[in-house]
Amino acid sequence: MTIANSLRSGPDLTGHFGAYGGRFVAETLMPLILELEAAYEASKKDPEFQAELDDLLKHYVGRESPLYFAERLTKHFGGAKIYLKREDLNHTGAHKINNCLGQILLARRMGKTRIIAETGAGQHGVATATVAARFGYPCTVYMGEVDTQRQKPNVFRMHLLGAEVRPVTSGSRTLKDAMNEALRDWVANVSDTFYIIGSAAGPHPYPAMVRDFQTVIGKEARAQMLEREGRLPDLVIACVGGGSNAIGMFHPFLDDANVEIHGVEAAGDGVDTPRHAATLSKGSPGVLHGARSYLLQDSDGQIDEAHSISAGLDYPGVGPEHSWLKDNGRVKYHSVTDRQALEAFQLLSKLEGIIPALETAHAIAHVGRVAGQMRPDQTIAICLSGRGDKDIFSVADALGAKL
Amino acid sequence: MSRLAAKFAELKKEGRSAFIPFISAGDPNMEICAAILDALPGCGADIIELGMPFSDPMADGPAVQMSSTRAIAAGATMPRVIELVRKFRKKDNKTPIVLMGYFNPIHAYGTAKFARDVAAAGVDGLIAVDLPIEEDEVLRLPAAAQGVDLVRFVTPTTDAARLGRILEAASGYLYYVSVAGVTGTKSFTEADVAAAIARVRAATTLPVAVGFGIKTPEQAATIARLADGVVVGSAIVTKIAETLGQNPEVVVKAVTDLCTSLAQATHAARPAKVETGFA
Repeated sequence: MTIANSLRSGPDLTGHFGAYGGRFVAETLMPLILELEAAYEASKKDPEFQAELDDLLKHYVGRESPLYFAERLTKHFGGAKIYLKREDLNHTGAHKINNCLGQILLARRMGKTRIIAETGAGQHGVATATVAARFGYPCTVYMGEVDTQRQKPNVFRMHLLGAEVRPVTSGSRTLKDAMNEALRDWVANVSDTFYIIGSAAGPHPYPAMVRDFQTVIGKEARAQMLEREGRLPDLVIACVGGGSNAIGMFHPFLDDANVEIHGVEAAGDGVDTPRHAATLSKGSPGVLHGARSYLLQDSDGQIDEAHSISAGLDYPGVGPEHSWLKDNGRVKYHSVTDRQALEAFQLLSKLEGIIPALETAHAIAHVGRVAGQMRPDQTIAICLSGRGDKDIFSVADALGAKL
Repeated sequence: MSRLAAKFAELKKEGRSAFIPFISAGDPNMEICAAILDALPGCGADIIELGMPFSDPMADGPAVQMSSTRAIAAGATMPRVIELVRKFRKKDNKTPIVLMGYFNPIHAYGTAKFARDVAAAGVDGLIAVDLPIEEDEVLRLPAAAQGVDLVRFVTPTTDAARLGRILEAASGYLYYVSVAGVTGTKSFTEADVAAAIARVRAATTLPVAVGFGIKTPEQAATIARLADGVVVGSAIVTKIAETLGQNPEVVVKAVTDLCTSLAQATHAARPAKVETGFA
C-alpha cells in the first residue's frame, strides 16, 4: 500500500527503496524469493497469521517490552530525559526474536521443513535456534569462525537448543562470510529449506519483511512515549549494523517530522583508520548479498573487511532502507568507536544496573554526546536492543581482566 | 556475425558440442594465467569463460572461491582482467571470450565504461551471476549497445513461465545450471539434464551450454551428447591449486592436460556428422 507523502511506503513493487534494495541473487534462488514474497504478502492479509504471531509475542517473548526512564543516566549526562526501550528483556535477550517468530510462521505456512540462518554476535542464531526448537524444525546456523571464538556462550546456547553451528572459515570469517555460506546452503537445498535472515538486509522481500516484524519495537515505543510524556520523543536513537533493530525502532517515527532520528554505526578503531564498520558514514553504494546498498569496498569493488569489537555490528554492508534514509536525510548516521562503546557498556551497567549488549552500547555512547546539548524538558528514546551477558568475555578481554 | 554466433554455427556444422573451460583471471598470477589462456584454444577450448574475481562469490563452491581469492591476492583488478583479454585477442581473434563474475566489481568500474572497455578489448559475452532477469537491464543494455551478449541462466528451479521471460532478452547462448547448488559440488543426473534441455530446446533455438558439477571426461561426454556446450570450471581451477608454487610450465601443463582430455571427450561424444555426401 502506498501512503501519500509518506516515508513509510517503501519499497516499490520491485523491492527498491529509491536506488537501493532489489534482488541481486543467482537465478536458481529467484523463484524461491518470488514464492517467499507471495507467501509474505498473503500472510499480511491473514488475520489468523497475525493473531498467532501476536499471541506468541505476548506469551512467549514477553511483549510488550517496557519503556524505562533511565533516571541516573539522565542525571549523569545532564540534559534530555532518556528512555530505554527494553528489547533486552525479550525472551533470548534481544530484539532478534521478534523477526524470527514471524519468519518461522511463514516457513511453516510455506511447508518448509528445515531452517538455516547466519549470525554475527550469535543473538540472531540463538533466536533462530529458539524458534526452530519451539516449532520442531532442524536448524543449521552459519557463524564466522572468528565470531564463534568471541561469542562462545552463544555457540553453546545454540547447541543446547538443538541447532547445528557451522563455523565459516572462508573470507574474513565473520558475519558477511556466514551470510555467503547460508546463501550457498540455500541454493543447494531449495526445495525444503527456509532461510531466516536476521538483518534488514538481503534480497527483497527480506529488508521489508524483517523491518515489518521489527516495527513492533517502534510502534510500542511511540505509544508508550505518548502515554508517559503526552508527546513524541524529540530524538530516537538505535545502533546500526545490518540495521534491523534500528529500522524497527525508526520506521513508525519516520513521518513524525518533529522527531529527530539518529543511527549509530561502529567506528572500530576510528572512521579514519582502516579498522571500522561505519558503512553509511564511510562506504559507497554497491551490490552485496542480494541488494544494492552502501558497502565498505575498495576502488575495484572488492568488499573490505569490517572491524568492530561488537560482532553484531561487524558487517561491511547495511540494510538498503538505511541507505535510502541516509541519502534523503531523514535519519542522521553517526559512529562510535570500540573504546567509547566499552565505556558506555560499563557506564550503563554501573548507573542503571543494566548490562547492555556491545552493539547497544554504541547507541548509549552516542546519547552521551547529544543528551547534554538538549533541554531537560526534551526526551530521547533509545532502542536497548539486547543484553550484554554474551559479551562479558570480550569485554573482559578488552579491559585486560582474567575470567 | 559475432564470434560467439560464428563459433556455434561452426560447431553445429561439425555436429560437435563446445568445450568451454572456466578459469579465474589472474589465477594463480597474471603471468601464468596469460600463458594458460593462450594455451587453451590449442587444447580444444571452443569458448573461454574468464572469471572476474570477487571477494564474496556467493554462488561458488570452495574451488572457485579459492581461485578467486588467489587471483585477487595476485593483483587481478578489473583493468588487469580487461588487459588480459586485450593481449589474448592480439594472438587469437577467433575464440570467443565470455567474462563471468558478480556485479559489484562491474558496478565499481562503472557499468557503461565497463561495456565499452570490454568490447574494445575483444570480449564477446558477459555472465553476471547475481543479475537475475529482474535486475540485468543495467548491464544488458549497455553491453548490447556494444555488441556484447549477456548470457542468461536457466536452472532446475526455472518453470515454464519464467523460462519464457528469460528467453525474451536472452542472447549469445543460454547457461543451464545442471544442479541446484553452488559450483563444483553436487553432480547432475543425466535424465534430469536431458529433460531440462528438451524443455529449453522446445522454447528456443539459442545454443544451450551446461555447467556446474561437470568434472570428468565421462561427465563431459554425457553432457556433450545433450547440449551445445560443456562448461568445466572447478575441476580446472583445482588443478591450478594442486600445482601452486611449481614452475609455470608445470601449472600450464597440468591445466592443458586436463583440458585436452575434457575437450577430446566433449568432441568425440557424438558420432561424426557427415555433410559432404562422400559417406
